[in-house]
Amino acid sequence: MDCINAKYVSQKISKTRWRPVSASSLQQPELLATGSWDNEDNKVSIWSVGENGGSNMEDEFEGDPQLLCECEHSGDVLDLQFLDQDRLVTASSSGAVTIYNLKSESQTLSVLHTWEGAHHYQCARAPCTAVVCSSPELVSVGEDGRVVLYKADQSRIVRTIENADSSTIHAVTFLRTAEVLTVNSIGQLKLWDLRQGNEPAQILTLTGDRVPLHCVDKHPNQQHIVATGGQDGMLCIWDVRQGSVPFSLMEAHSAEMWEVHFHPSNPDHLFTCSEDGSLLHWETSSGSDTPSFLQGRNSSMMSRSATAPAGGNQSLISAWLSGDSSKGRLETTHMLPSQTLSVNSLDVLGQCLVCGTDGEAVYIHRRVLV
Amino acid sequence: MEEVDVEPTTTLIPGVGLKQKHLGFEWGPGDILVYETNFRPAGAGSGCPSVHVVRKDEDIYSPILRKLFNESHHIFVGLQNITEDVPSKNKKPQFVSISKNYRSVIRACMEELQHVAVSTQDVTLVCQYSNQVSILLATELIWNLCEVLFIDAAPAGCLLLHLLDWVRLHKADVDEKAKEVLQSDSPTNHLAYWDVVISFILQGRVDEARHVLTKQASMQAASRTLYQLMDTLLHKMPVFNPSGTQTLTEFDMKWRHWHEECDRCLQDKSFASNPHLETICKILLGDEDAMLEHKELLGTWYHFLVSRLLFSHPTVKPAELHYYAKSSMDMFLDSRSVPEPLDSILLAAFEFDLHQVIKDCSIALNNWWFVAHLTDLLDHCKLLQSHNLHFGSNLREFLVLEYASGLVSHHSLWQLAVDYFDHCPEFGRVYLELQLERVPLETERKALKVLRICEQRHMTEQVRSICKIMAKRALSNNRLGSALSWSIRAKDAGFATLISERFLQDYCTRGSFSDLDLIDNLGPAMLLSDRLTFLGKYREFHRLYGENKFTEAGKLLLSLMTAKIAPRSFWMTLLTDALPLLEQKEVIFSADQTHELMFCLEELTSDNTEPKPEPPALGEDVETAKLELLRLALARNLAMAIVKEGTVEA
Repeated sequence: MDCINAKYVSQKISKTRWRPVSASSLQQPELLATGSWDNEDNKVSIWSVGENGGSNMEDEFEGDPQLLCECEHSGDVLDLQFLDQDRLVTASSSGAVTIYNLKSESQTLSVLHTWEGAHHYQCARAPCTAVVCSSPELVSVGEDGRVVLYKADQSRIVRTIENADSSTIHAVTFLRTAEVLTVNSIGQLKLWDLRQGNEPAQILTLTGDRVPLHCVDKHPNQQHIVATGGQDGMLCIWDVRQGSVPFSLMEAHSAEMWEVHFHPSNPDHLFTCSEDGSLLHWETSSGSDTPSFLQGRNSSMMSRSATAPAGGNQSLISAWLSGDSSKGRLETTHMLPSQTLSVNSLDVLGQCLVCGTDGEAVYIHRRVLV
Repeated sequence: MEEVDVEPTTTLIPGVGLKQKHLGFEWGPGDILVYETNFRPAGAGSGCPSVHVVRKDEDIYSPILRKLFNESHHIFVGLQNITEDVPSKNKKPQFVSISKNYRSVIRACMEELQHVAVSTQDVTLVCQYSNQVSILLATELIWNLCEVLFIDAAPAGCLLLHLLDWVRLHKADVDEKAKEVLQSDSPTNHLAYWDVVISFILQGRVDEARHVLTKQASMQAASRTLYQLMDTLLHKMPVFNPSGTQTLTEFDMKWRHWHEECDRCLQDKSFASNPHLETICKILLGDEDAMLEHKELLGTWYHFLVSRLLFSHPTVKPAELHYYAKSSMDMFLDSRSVPEPLDSILLAAFEFDLHQVIKDCSIALNNWWFVAHLTDLLDHCKLLQSHNLHFGSNLREFLVLEYASGLVSHHSLWQLAVDYFDHCPEFGRVYLELQLERVPLETERKALKVLRICEQRHMTEQVRSICKIMAKRALSNNRLGSALSWSIRAKDAGFATLISERFLQDYCTRGSFSDLDLIDNLGPAMLLSDRLTFLGKYREFHRLYGENKFTEAGKLLLSLMTAKIAPRSFWMTLLTDALPLLEQKEVIFSADQTHELMFCLEELTSDNTEPKPEPPALGEDVETAKLELLRLALARNLAMAIVKEGTVEA
């Protein structure tokens, strides 16, 4: 908790993302991108977070992000993703999707290509709410209910699924190579097979109130497990193969949940951030034989020993689908020291966690216990 | 404020008022709109198409100063939340630490501005930054003094120590000079050598002065005894230790002894041979003229004040300060020069006239940030008597409201203002309600944030108004699903009805439903409005029909009419939908059900007896044909039903 660095950046941050590190190296991420919103001139900025050279942990300035370069962005940055090491994509409130090129040697950021007006109404612009990429393909969704497909090197839009949804689509994620999952503001998850047709292959929904869903993330190893966050702050874990109802529901926050992320290399850990100003770290223990009286506050210790015989069980039954959080298998930690304004975005890679808030601050934690 | 204390400032607006045009203006929440009117004294002329926005407060648009607003907002919220648990006597250290937090935020901003001012090339920017730096310096100075005098409220003895710290913090060039002197080849021959020693002494940093003096002592063996004497004098100077066992009276006695010893040294003319040392001795005795000879080392009258107090009245009581302050200021400043605003503010602080301090600061500074936060902190320390201003609430609330209103006009910082309004008990809520309605809602995400703010404060009117705006916008863009989701959030039955009407209209014109994904999955939201329920049920009827579940479909259809869920205008369509069911080979509607259907039909046609305005001839034919068909089908069905029900199963 004390290795959190806060940096005030004079712009409300809507998205923060770590630049991906190459899979082979075990390095911690060094560059991060942020997008701003609600400014007269919005910007996409790249910050460098120096490596802690050695063991001096009391040197606080090492963790302070330094601004490397930035670029103007028209409209609010509603989503930001890294396409690969050198390119990132943004979704704008003006309905445009833009690719930026980051040149590390010259430390400049410039626009590579913009698809203007990808999302629009008949006579007005519609905000593009989310974009997801699986290089070289990009998919974007917006308030106009369209799903648009692009290829990174083609200047024309590849395909548009018109009227994919009658309400706003808030988030999108790739499940498999040609399958995407979208969530909308009437509380439905829709599975689309991009190779066939303009109709969703499957629709899943919560029984009960149709609470809008704002974010979605898929489990890194098991593609049928998906986590969503809703407007009432509920975290739902779904199994896309079975049934149209979620496997487990957890009351996470007291206001809209803006982002949910599984940890990419250690998926027993989940992070959520919300409008109520908190960032939660969820940890599930995957042992199935631990007696219940040993659970509780020390469950994290138990989970470490219980994961020693890793393997067989885990691939079939994910800890997330056990559903019963009251058995003490789920441990939640607040990651931010005090209440802040809304935490709009978070990203986690390795042991580094970054989040951006409406209080115009970026928080970086470099020793997350995963 | 009845009287105007200072001359109003003039702002030049380039490009306006040429050709003697008259100007008009309109007040906004933080800005003024200025435009050229069409009134002209003489001659012809065209109107000017542009409107100028004049901003009073540039600071909130400066990217570095924005950090000040954000960080201080964080501290402000933290301050409001600590007050409940601990009794106020023990809160003083907390308040002091909060005050220090505020000051460190100001300092951080100042350093960053200085850093940028040095590295930037643009001359106007440099000028602007330097201005901002000097204003921040002044505000930190005032805040620090207020912390020492009011929040920390040190008693005699400690008071002087705190004042010394205050002065040392704001006269930092001494250290640089000292470093320069000590690092030079021959420190004792450096021009600034004696300046450094005297500056250290004037600031009460006796040990450092001694250290520098030893350089001289080692150089001149002849006057070693002289330097030894001075060293002893300096070493023996008593310093009050607040955490020690010594009481103030004991310290006072010790100090007087020491003072007499210095006096003896001076009378003995021990230092006569060395004018510098003699000056130092005079300063140690509190000789004002000796101090005033080094005006440029003192720099300001308040430094003079503190040095004076250090060497003549170290046990000064807070109540005595103002007398010394006034006299120091008079002695230091030329009688001709007009005291600057900063001077009068500091003087007011020394006189413990809080209200005057706040008033002068409000006039001198161009935004309310400083006075709002300082007053709020002082109010928490219970230092402001709550006298009500005649135009509203108490002083603290007034200032915080003014500050927050200024913030709210900023396109981005409006979110900070919400917390400030929350902590203004009397008028905050009203202000917030009015302001939130005027926040522009360009994207759904922003609307959601504003909605969440309203919902948390139970501002139902604003919630409904915002949801209605978003729903209407969605509807005009043909996003029926979005519109419905907004109506559900606001629990707006009227709008839900409107949306359902749209769907039904679409169905009537096109013969099929659009947005099936929405209607099929309405869930409990269906109950929001009758029309919506009808829509859901009607769609269900179609589904049942499509799945060949005719009996259930028929039952549903009938219930739609008998339970009066369906609007009258739709009954004809429903009955027409019933036609294929009636024509089926097997009997779907029982006798009773058929009777009810007939009853519905009669109800419908009996209403149609009044003459229609201009029914198209073809339409009337179709209408009568339909009615005929229906009546026939119903009659046949009735017959079959009666027969079927009367038959005994074999």
